Amino acid sequence: MSAPSESVGRRVPRLESREKVEGRAQYIADLYRPGMLHGAILQSPFPHARIRGYDLAEALAMPGVHAVVTGDDFAEPNRMGAFIKDEHALAKDKVRYVGEPVAAVAADTEAIARAAAQAIRVDYQELPALLSPEEALASPVHIHEGVEQYFKVFDAGSQGNLCSRTEFTEGDIERGFLESDLVFENHFETQAQAHVALEPCGALAEVDPQGRLTIWSANQSVFRVQACVAEALGIPMTRIRCLTPRIGGAFGNKMEPHVQPIAAALALKAKRPVKMILSREEDFEMVRARHPFRIRIRTGVKRDGTFVAREVEVLLDCGAFADDSPGVLGFGLLCARGPYRFPHVRCHGRLVYTNKLRFGAYRGFGNPQVSLAGESQIDDIAEKLGMDPIELRLKNILRGDDRPLGGQILTSNGLRECVERVRDASGWGKGAPSPAAPGKKRALGFALCGHISGLLASGAIVRILEDGTVVLNVGANDIGQGSDTVLSQICADALKIPLENVAFVSPDTDGSPYNWGTTASRVTFMTGRAVVGAAAEAEKQLKQQASEMLECAVEDLELVAGGAVAVKGVPEKKIGFFEIAKRSHWFAGGPIIGSHSWVYDNPTVDPKRAAAIGLPFPRIGAYSFSAIVVDVEVDEVTGAAQVKRAWSACDVGRAINPLLVEGQIEGGVVQGIGFALIEEMVWDGARLANPTLMDYKIPTTREAPYELYPIIVESRDAQGPFGAKGVGEVGLVPVPAAIGNAVKRATGVRLFKLPFSAERILRGMLGTQQ
Amino acid sequence: MSDTLHVTIKVNDRSVALDVPLTETLLTSLRDRLQLTGAKRGCNQGVCGACTVMLDGVAVRACLSLTANCEGQSVLTIEGAGADRAIAALQDAFIEAGALQCGFCTPGQLIAARALLEQNPDPSVEDVQKGMSGNLCRCTGYNKIIDAVRTAAGKLQA
Repeated sequence: MSAPSESVGRRVPRLESREKVEGRAQYIADLYRPGMLHGAILQSPFPHARIRGYDLAEALAMPGVHAVVTGDDFAEPNRMGAFIKDEHALAKDKVRYVGEPVAAVAADTEAIARAAAQAIRVDYQELPALLSPEEALASPVHIHEGVEQYFKVFDAGSQGNLCSRTEFTEGDIERGFLESDLVFENHFETQAQAHVALEPCGALAEVDPQGRLTIWSANQSVFRVQACVAEALGIPMTRIRCLTPRIGGAFGNKMEPHVQPIAAALALKAKRPVKMILSREEDFEMVRARHPFRIRIRTGVKRDGTFVAREVEVLLDCGAFADDSPGVLGFGLLCARGPYRFPHVRCHGRLVYTNKLRFGAYRGFGNPQVSLAGESQIDDIAEKLGMDPIELRLKNILRGDDRPLGGQILTSNGLRECVERVRDASGWGKGAPSPAAPGKKRALGFALCGHISGLLASGAIVRILEDGTVVLNVGANDIGQGSDTVLSQICADALKIPLENVAFVSPDTDGSPYNWGTTASRVTFMTGRAVVGAAAEAEKQLKQQASEMLECAVEDLELVAGGAVAVKGVPEKKIGFFEIAKRSHWFAGGPIIGSHSWVYDNPTVDPKRAAAIGLPFPRIGAYSFSAIVVDVEVDEVTGAAQVKRAWSACDVGRAINPLLVEGQIEGGVVQGIGFALIEEMVWDGARLANPTLMDYKIPTTREAPYELYPIIVESRDAQGPFGAKGVGEVGLVPVPAAIGNAVKRATGVRLFKLPFSAERILRGMLGTQQ
Repeated sequence: MSDTLHVTIKVNDRSVALDVPLTETLLTSLRDRLQLTGAKRGCNQGVCGACTVMLDGVAVRACLSLTANCEGQSVLTIEGAGADRAIAALQDAFIEAGALQCGFCTPGQLIAARALLEQNPDPSVEDVQKGMSGNLCRCTGYNKIIDAVRTAAGKLQA
């Protein structure tokens, strides 16, 4: 790449900005189809009960009702699940949590559908409710009878209410603790956090004239929707076409299915299009949420601060269905050692079914929870050793060519730079910031993390149209983070064409190449690299055409800016994409189509270095890093903590679009502040007590610090497209730990339980901490 | 179930006659009857601000406003706001600043910002934080929204 970049590195506003500011962007609730009906669900009032029967007569008799579906409409083997196939689209034979969808109605209006759903009578026989992992492990009552026989994609070790278990070991943990001068052990607890994408989940399904299903939905992967609906209905994927409208935010909640299979079943039964949009309350009660973790962490160090051994044990509340939980357990354990050089590590944990809504993927995927434990404890270790907490970390972080857990290879590592940049920008070590008023305490707090961006499969297709412009087709949903823009920039730069010459195809399972999903910080890295590969293939074909047209060797040709192929060193001897495309379409060679696909294939663990049991994902990697300093003020009277300032440095490899990278960092940090300080799903017995935005608060402009400084670190990853890695999650992950560390430095109180509510901090300061 | 009322309102400078149930909200009328889907339903209880529209020049939550009460009133939604000088400046500033990500809250943010600028043409950061605290955004962390509102304010004053 000799010429200066046309697109990569530019602060390009997202391509769909204009439609969004003019209210023309269409989200799932904005779609209408001719003859469309509206769907509504009936939710379970019980946490655990057998379904003895349904009385649908009243609902079916209501004017305007066209179809009713229940668990009886879904055959027994047709269960969904990314890791363990344990879930029907509607409760079948049993309900397993309050709020679980039990039946659904399609009617002329949403009001009729909702009224009819409430008119369905279900005969329940209540069963004991198991509301915590401890209770469930001890109980002879099983939430899933026969979990051992369910189909699984990995060795989950499922038994009774144990959904899965995972363990990583490296070195010799017992020897490690024996060789340590000091050993620290603590217990941490984290709460359930709701995603609260501003757009509630929904789907629109219709049967096309061929009898195939077409499904639009709020989703993070059209291919996951297709696969799950196929599983739920027991029909081949060829009978299902999935498309995506604009997505109104998704943070893991729209990765796996919500109501898509239900809407599909209603559309098949009613033979009419059916749109089903969840209310905010239903969205809270039945979609999914961040896992509560119980964490025991034990760390052994030398007196000089060298890290020797770390053991982490976690217990996760799975909720009623496995969903992405086995992945969260496995990934959380992989991250639990932190990006440090520990020779001896043992991380193990269990995931337990309970009678609560399913927990699942949520930005950070287990890493924020284990990072809270690890990064809090390291601050306490530093205090005990009389060392600066940042110095202690710099002594132990992974260096350039170190191998993270299990012996993975780091192809880039900007962690040290992240640490140094936030340290220097925040004035760390130059005295505590002054409280704004009497009665306040104030301090800086620090934490860091590593997180992956490489896993599973992505493809890309680059087509040159007759006029020499380009269509980019990748099958990756833009969920608001800006991947349509970033991938178009990559494509434009790879072909040295203006960004406006690239058309981006909205994902469509009929026409787009496979993409596992917009999740795990993976789209820029994984799909971006597929785009580079597809563009390279198109370049090869363009050059072949040009070599015949210019009568010279392919090796003597190069792409030049503006969409042309020229003889190297003779820029005036060139031929434009327009001429090449005309020739290829009408004369020789055929239309130019470049494609590339790949799957991330670096093993998660090197068996020569580490042992793993119950590994849910054998091939992940490509580490991004981040470090954060927060400036937190605590009110001595109320205990309320407020983040006044924050500096977050993220090693993103290369910022394809710094404007959008900043957006990911800023949004992630503020979501992390919500998780750390104010957000908590609370159950009153088995029922979620705060399933509304009135009762479940997320950060507003009042809680978000205006002085939030995103710092972009570019370590240029050799495997990433133009050197880029993921940034979707690293900004959020270390936030709770950094805030906890600041609270500790300001008040002397170490909190072991999230959220750090005013009450908990005040109790800590008063010495009445529970 | 409920009686309907004949209501005439002006929506984006166009007179519209509707027969609506007494309990129907302005948000439902706009979205389901008039296919003006720019105002979004995020919570349906007046918390998130995604349904903010102008009603006789005042920013209101369309999900809390009953259409039956709007007789003779004038509604401005994001679809009709392009001709408004302040909205146009805010739209440009939001785009340039990266003040939108998923965009679901954006129409509400823009209307709320316009209402703020009408009351306070030169808001400080704190003024925007206070004035816009009723419009939730889960993507941006708000700072780029605050910057965009202040940039637009500067351009409108120039």
